[in-house]
Amino acid sequence: MKLVKKILLYEVHNTIRSRWVIFYTFFFFLVGYALFTFSGEVSKAYISLMNIVLIIIPLISVIFGSIYFYNSREFIEMMLSQPIDRKSLFLGIFLGVAIPLSAGFALGFSIPFLLFGKVTEQLTGFLLLLLLGMLLTFIFIALSFLISVKQDDKSKGLGLAILIWLILAVVYDGIVVMIIYFFQDYPLENTMIILSATNPIDLGRILFLMKFDIAALMGYTGAVFQRFFGSSLGMIISISCLLIWVLLPFVLSSRFFNKKDF
Amino acid sequence: MIFVSKAGSISSIRTALNLASDFDTIVVSKGEYSEGNLIIDKKIILIGKDFPVIDGKGDGEIFTVTSNDVHINGLLVKNSGISYLKENAGIRLDQVQNCSITNNKFIDNFFAVYLAKSAHCVVSGNFISGVKKRETNSGNGIHLWYCRDITIKNNRIFNHRDGIYFEFVRLGKIINNESGSNLRYGLHFMFSDSCEYTNNTFKDNGAGVAVMYTKNVLMTENHFEHNWGSASYGILLKEIADSRIENNILNENSTGLYMEGCSRVTIKGNNFIRNGWALKLMANSMENYFYNNNFIANSFNISTNSRQNFNTFEKNYWDDYKGYDLDKDGYGDVPFRPVTMFSMMIKSHPTSLILLHSLFVDILNIAESIVPVITPEALTDQKPRMRILN
Repeated sequence: MKLVKKILLYEVHNTIRSRWVIFYTFFFFLVGYALFTFSGEVSKAYISLMNIVLIIIPLISVIFGSIYFYNSREFIEMMLSQPIDRKSLFLGIFLGVAIPLSAGFALGFSIPFLLFGKVTEQLTGFLLLLLLGMLLTFIFIALSFLISVKQDDKSKGLGLAILIWLILAVVYDGIVVMIIYFFQDYPLENTMIILSATNPIDLGRILFLMKFDIAALMGYTGAVFQRFFGSSLGMIISISCLLIWVLLPFVLSSRFFNKKDF
Repeated sequence: MIFVSKAGSISSIRTALNLASDFDTIVVSKGEYSEGNLIIDKKIILIGKDFPVIDGKGDGEIFTVTSNDVHINGLLVKNSGISYLKENAGIRLDQVQNCSITNNKFIDNFFAVYLAKSAHCVVSGNFISGVKKRETNSGNGIHLWYCRDITIKNNRIFNHRDGIYFEFVRLGKIINNESGSNLRYGLHFMFSDSCEYTNNTFKDNGAGVAVMYTKNVLMTENHFEHNWGSASYGILLKEIADSRIENNILNENSTGLYMEGCSRVTIKGNNFIRNGWALKLMANSMENYFYNNNFIANSFNISTNSRQNFNTFEKNYWDDYKGYDLDKDGYGDVPFRPVTMFSMMIKSHPTSLILLHSLFVDILNIAESIVPVITPEALTDQKPRMRILN
């Protein structure tokens, strides 16, 4: 663990020095500030913020993660020539990217809320968005590391990273629409719960919308969804699903990293 | 003047009613009076001092008024009996004229105030709260049946089945009432032509406000708030014609305004704010005119079930209008299409609502708004406002 801490500290230092994170923080601050200033309706601002969190964070995380990993390749090779544990090195690098990035988001995202005094007004919404943003950062950095470990070609890896984002953010929903159209004669509510739980972006969106009591719009479907996602068990399951999304790619990539021949 | 008090020589309202002759005043002092069904068949004024309690003990009706010119003021009427056969009321006006029921309290009655075949009466300043159980064993707050020229003013009605219920009423005026937390509708009226609704608040009702089979309705400056649920409406209009709905605020309803089979209704100067659907417009509605309304922060602006449109939208403000105004006349140069692809999609496949606010849906909506394929082509606002209209 000492080694992890050492690498982590170095990486955090390195990440922050690259100024990306500062821009990132500033970006969230600016977006939040602008939304609260210019959109008269708080609920509209919340929906826009949700879209930013659910679309921009995965995109930036997946790109930043893979660029960072490719750029650290020489550093990794150098470190591996030392007698150190590969697992600790990998964990150190992962946390060294994920922690500053999610902290940057959390900081930039929270300041406008504090400035405009909107925290207490919609506490659950704010906390949920904060949690979702941080989890999504971890998920998409883990995914980007998985790609980067498996794919040595930098341009191919980057392309793959963006493709994965595109699939989860857009294409997946298209497939859901197709399923809804093709199987419209069947009861689809439970299928929809499973489908949305398997995509972290969709899951985040639905969790957030449920908090805004959007379920009443959906009639029967909404009732089924509310019963699942509204209950504490559903909440635990959804958060666990998101955690699995962090752990699965991380454990896989860590395993590949251990066996990788540099 | 006849004084009724627990300590005095006349200690029951029934005795006082028997003693009284036309144009007498009966003053009831504080105390509890539980005397079964009291029939008022003389032109009297009944006044309560410090809200004497008239308790029906959950059995039958309390006051039945069968004479003209009866005025009841300042009583606390409670526990009229729940019945599945009779519509037991706190106070029933039965075929009378020129009566008034003012500043009373009605607690836990089956029906609170019931007017049947009456005219020129006033119900004002009452506080009415019912037993909120199920629709079958709760009655209505203020119930009118076959009435004319009734004014209902400054009442507060809670926890009944329907707050205010009108059937076959002409020329009613409903002013400044608050009707909330009722099981079914805050206001429910049918076959009640030429009535006016001004400055009322309908809030947190099971299904909002329902208005059916009526002509010449005027609804102005009312608040329809937070009627939220899978079958709740701010206002539900069915078969309404030649009416005006102006300057109302529809706030946080799952459906703000629902229109089915309506014609020649003018909807002007209303604020639709934070509703699920601001407007559900069924295709059998024609020649309605939507003018100068604000649509702000609704999940959907309009949903419809047809590609045809026979209604006019003009000079409304839509908060998601993205056009421009080159000639600076305050109106956008590009027509606005308030029906999105997604709202049509939900109409046919309700399950797809789980994709609300997803990026994919936004892309679809943009594509559709450029080349309309599914959405009604004619349903456009040719002159959308650039700024909110105050």
